[in-house]
Amino acid sequence: MAGLFKRMTSIFKAKANSALDKAEDPRQTLDYSYEKQLELLQKVRRGVADVATSRKRLELQLQGLQTQADKLENQGKQALAAGREDLAREALTRRAAVQGQMADLQTQLAQLQAEEEKLVIASQRLQTKVESFRTKKETIKATYTAAEAQTKINEAFTGISEEFSDVGLAVQRAEDKTAQMQARAGALDELMATGALTDSSGTVKDDITAELERLSSTSDVELELNRLKGELGAAPATPQISAAPAEAAPQATPEAQT
Amino acid sequence: MIVRIMGEGQYVVDDAAVAALNAHDATLEAALAARDEKAFRSALHVLLGAVREHGQRLPDEELAPSEVILPAAEATLDEVAALLASDGLIPG
Repeated sequence: MAGLFKRMTSIFKAKANSALDKAEDPRQTLDYSYEKQLELLQKVRRGVADVATSRKRLELQLQGLQTQADKLENQGKQALAAGREDLAREALTRRAAVQGQMADLQTQLAQLQAEEEKLVIASQRLQTKVESFRTKKETIKATYTAAEAQTKINEAFTGISEEFSDVGLAVQRAEDKTAQMQARAGALDELMATGALTDSSGTVKDDITAELERLSSTSDVELELNRLKGELGAAPATPQISAAPAEAAPQATPEAQT
Repeated sequence: MIVRIMGEGQYVVDDAAVAALNAHDATLEAALAARDEKAFRSALHVLLGAVREHGQRLPDEELAPSEVILPAAEATLDEVAALLASDGLIPG
């Protein structure tokens, strides 16, 4: 084996060897190493569990984002029905900005889930190997002379160190990935809530919702006005809702009106 | 020969099949040097496929060091490059 494989293998092994410390006396090494392995195994299991928890949290986060995207679409419809194309465009633009990224996150989430399944299998394999090590160390201690023991120990030791490094790396990789995805989902969340306002009741309302509510109360007034005019016999055939908001609140979405 | 695919486990590969694996090494290294993600991905895919095809899984209870360690199937070019640069990707 040449080139790439060789480099990769030797680098990995150098790291793997430093993962588990050795003691002076080979037999002492066995017990000490086993203790250490049990500790590391716990750590790996915790790591796998953490990845699963983060993944679930991420799923919820994405569901929340989807709800928000749906809401933006509804707002677009409402705005359009009220004759406010500018507001509808703003809602749909905001929605489009997050949709692509959400699809990307969904794909990543599926990959993460596949990796998580592999991690579960890998940690079970690790547990089997640690158990194997325990059996082997008793045999080595009972049967072999110090010199022979050293060779056997080295083999078992290298084998298990390698396994630990591999699983440890995979756990770390999955943890990094979840952290990255969470950061992205968080950024999307902020993007969708752009211009979020806190109203007097303390609930957070985004700017589009605020504008739509204002719009609907304005159109209620317009309808009422038209009804009254109708009663007086002076009403126009159709209520002119669209003209009113543009006059009433040009400051609400100034960028959309230019 | 025992070969480890990272994140997947160890395989026992016949010495006769090793030559076939070696042929992929150069391809993979060239792709890495050229930072060609697409070529890297396909070379890695072929290589790992060959290991799985020609190898037998080492039983879980066996404790044996691997002679060759290969990147995980989903490893990116950057990840492998970082590993080769000994960038502390492996904990410990």
